Amino acid sequence: MKQNKDITEQMQAQIMDAISSKQALVIRGGRSKDFLGRKVGCTHLNTAAHRGVTKYEPGELILTARSGTPLKEIKKLLAAQGQMLAFEPPAYGDSATLGGTIACGLSGPRRPYAGSARDFVLGTKIINGKGEILQFGGEVMKNVAGYDVSRLMTGAYGTLGVLLEISLKVMPCPEQEITLVFECNAGDAIKRVNQLAGQPVPLSAACQFNNQLYLRLSGLSVSVEAARQALGGETLNNAETFWEQLKEQQLPIFNTDQHLWRLSVPPARDPLPLSGNTIIDWGGGIRWLTTNEPVQQVRKIALNAGGHATLFRNHDGIGEVFHPLSPALKRLHKNLKAAFDPEDIINPGRMYLDL
Amino acid sequence: MTESRQATQQAPEILAKRQKIVNELGPQLPAECLLHSLEDLAPYECDGLSIYQSTPLAVALPYTVEQAQKIVRYCYQQQIPIVPRGAGTGLSGGALPHEEGILLSLARLNAILELDTQARTCRVQPGVRNLAISEAARPHGLYYAPDPSSQIACSIGGNIAENAGGVHCLKYGLTVHNIFEVTILTAEGELLTLGSEALDSAGYDLLALFIGSEGLLGIVVDIVVKLLPTPHEARVILAAFHTVEEAGNAVGNIIAAGIIPGGIEMMDKLSIQATEDFVHAGYPLDAAAILLCELDGIETEINETTSRVNQILLESGAYQVRVSENDQQRDLFWAGRKAAFPAVGRISPDYYCMDGTIPRKELANVLTQISERADFHGLRVANVFHAGDGNLHPLILFDANKEGDLERAHQLGNDILELSIAVGGTITGEHGVGVEKLGGMCSQFNTEELNQYHAIKSAFDETGILNPGKAVPTLHRCAEFGHMHVHNGELPFPDLPRF
Repeated sequence: MKQNKDITEQMQAQIMDAISSKQALVIRGGRSKDFLGRKVGCTHLNTAAHRGVTKYEPGELILTARSGTPLKEIKKLLAAQGQMLAFEPPAYGDSATLGGTIACGLSGPRRPYAGSARDFVLGTKIINGKGEILQFGGEVMKNVAGYDVSRLMTGAYGTLGVLLEISLKVMPCPEQEITLVFECNAGDAIKRVNQLAGQPVPLSAACQFNNQLYLRLSGLSVSVEAARQALGGETLNNAETFWEQLKEQQLPIFNTDQHLWRLSVPPARDPLPLSGNTIIDWGGGIRWLTTNEPVQQVRKIALNAGGHATLFRNHDGIGEVFHPLSPALKRLHKNLKAAFDPEDIINPGRMYLDL
Repeated sequence: MTESRQATQQAPEILAKRQKIVNELGPQLPAECLLHSLEDLAPYECDGLSIYQSTPLAVALPYTVEQAQKIVRYCYQQQIPIVPRGAGTGLSGGALPHEEGILLSLARLNAILELDTQARTCRVQPGVRNLAISEAARPHGLYYAPDPSSQIACSIGGNIAENAGGVHCLKYGLTVHNIFEVTILTAEGELLTLGSEALDSAGYDLLALFIGSEGLLGIVVDIVVKLLPTPHEARVILAAFHTVEEAGNAVGNIIAAGIIPGGIEMMDKLSIQATEDFVHAGYPLDAAAILLCELDGIETEINETTSRVNQILLESGAYQVRVSENDQQRDLFWAGRKAAFPAVGRISPDYYCMDGTIPRKELANVLTQISERADFHGLRVANVFHAGDGNLHPLILFDANKEGDLERAHQLGNDILELSIAVGGTITGEHGVGVEKLGGMCSQFNTEELNQYHAIKSAFDETGILNPGKAVPTLHRCAEFGHMHVHNGELPFPDLPRF
């Protein structure tokens, strides 16, 4: 295992140099998510060596780690205490770091029932585009002192600053977890899952594709067993592998050269009128779509459904990848970018062309 | 501290400004939507923290979003400060009027617009009371989870401004975890939607940034909240301990065993005595601390967790453990905790409620130090504690009519804030900074961090008309109050906009 190390000063110096030479930097951690977002720049700021868990208190449900700490190291440490990251982050590769995970703000199948990455972020330490080291939030569950910058940093793709440390709320692992499989088309699956989510059933994931509905139940054995009896269906063997492959996009259905779209829509929306293969995850909240439909058409349908569309894989990374913002929102985004990074030093263009 | 201004002593320029608003904004609104007589303004001079009082130029009470928009546009055009107000139950002075501003009350925007049982969402206006949402959702087996103790009166708009918590938030989250979307009026008076009915939105997470921003970034006029299924059943365990430390450790042991209770609350000896005299909940008077632990779920699940928690409590040193046998007894166990504030109000002419969050393992240390500092100031402190998430509410008992008592209460309050920071916690867990904790902000954050907050504020509200002077102190103020967080021995004073 590589050694824990604090390279804050080195990173800060690199940012100060970049400011004086007006040379933008691209943040790079474990490179597992290079494919996400827009492709930009060539001068890198490497965070991977900035690693180590600095605090873990199972009884307080708190973990703090440097941004370069490998995600798998954190998961292993938590598992040893019967705990987990409840937002079930996808890693998209062995080298994934905590910093990249939070910067991309991605959450896995448990998200609709347990919460998203930003829901579990309690505090961050960052370097902003002026080279200042700033700390927001903290290592406590409830904290309303100052604006919630830590949650703003989550999913900002590093455009507002370099994450140095992240404090997270962690959760106990469920005592039992089973997955039930039903034959079910997309429309019926969406209805059924959203009805179930309105009842006290220990649902922890719900996905549908190839005319099969997969429901995962997690909790105390007595609750899981009671739900199994009530719901029926076939119990899936190797369920853990199934959800892992769904989360990491390793199921055969993801294996394509077509655009892979991530459509985030209100969970109860009917199936969308788009051709191609769809995997429904997040109980209807995400529709993974592989398709040749024109980009504008996909965006329009997502918007009409009350959601947004992201080009996730198999795109050139040159045009807009994330859903274009309205002029008013774009202005606000630019104002915020300028508030954190007035010289456009950190990850400019990574998220949006002119941000 | 802000003096209560006698309206009759108001300066002529204030009277002139008021008249100008009456002349210019008045005709744009129904007559009852703009209050300006001193008599009508009086009820709005303070929020739930009544030691701060101030008279606004006018109070605007729109019935519609369009009227609210007119008011904001007028204020933007005239550069008149706007202080938004919900139900006025806030405990940090966040809705304290600005003497040269308009107080914008959202109380009349109080409609529940749409309840979608399939999507488990509810679209409401900001003046809807927190509890009213759960009442509307109840027939569908749903409820809105965050339950601040003032939920019978407080409004959802105010909850969003403060990121309100409650007794169930360890398991079910704070306001920020339970909101899908807000539509705000920007400082310029434009409508802007943050978040969506999907589980995330394109771009930055502005919804998370907005929640808890204390009315400084925009004025919320429409909200979509998340509804959760109502648990089948809930049971409360009451455990008594001889020491506070044992009670604190018991909470850690329950959580470390993988159990997240629906709620877990602690009360110290003085709180127990005050509430027992008041509501007769059957609390043991000889205990140094009691824990109330609520477990919810289906019956078989509760049976199992109850026996596990019982075991842990006994192993952690509880000398008495009682489980509620029915809903009445459960409500009675909770009644004491819920009445803690008024109960303390019965044993002391005045009390001042603090709101730090601390790492739970520091509890015994913090309570000891609070007690020592209270002795030093000659005051008593009763403590209630959202033990699951470390949010401590020390209630400082004092008598405002006794000379020097209010000042001593303030000093003790400041000591407690500093103590919260020193042990790695925060000055406010759920009540917000408002005007009350501006000094504490200077201690908790350094110059660069405060500057970053001001830059965020400017990104939303360049001219600073929204709730100026609240939540984030100017560096100037920090220097004046002698609270400046000094870094490397330097005390920089960059030019700053003064909000």
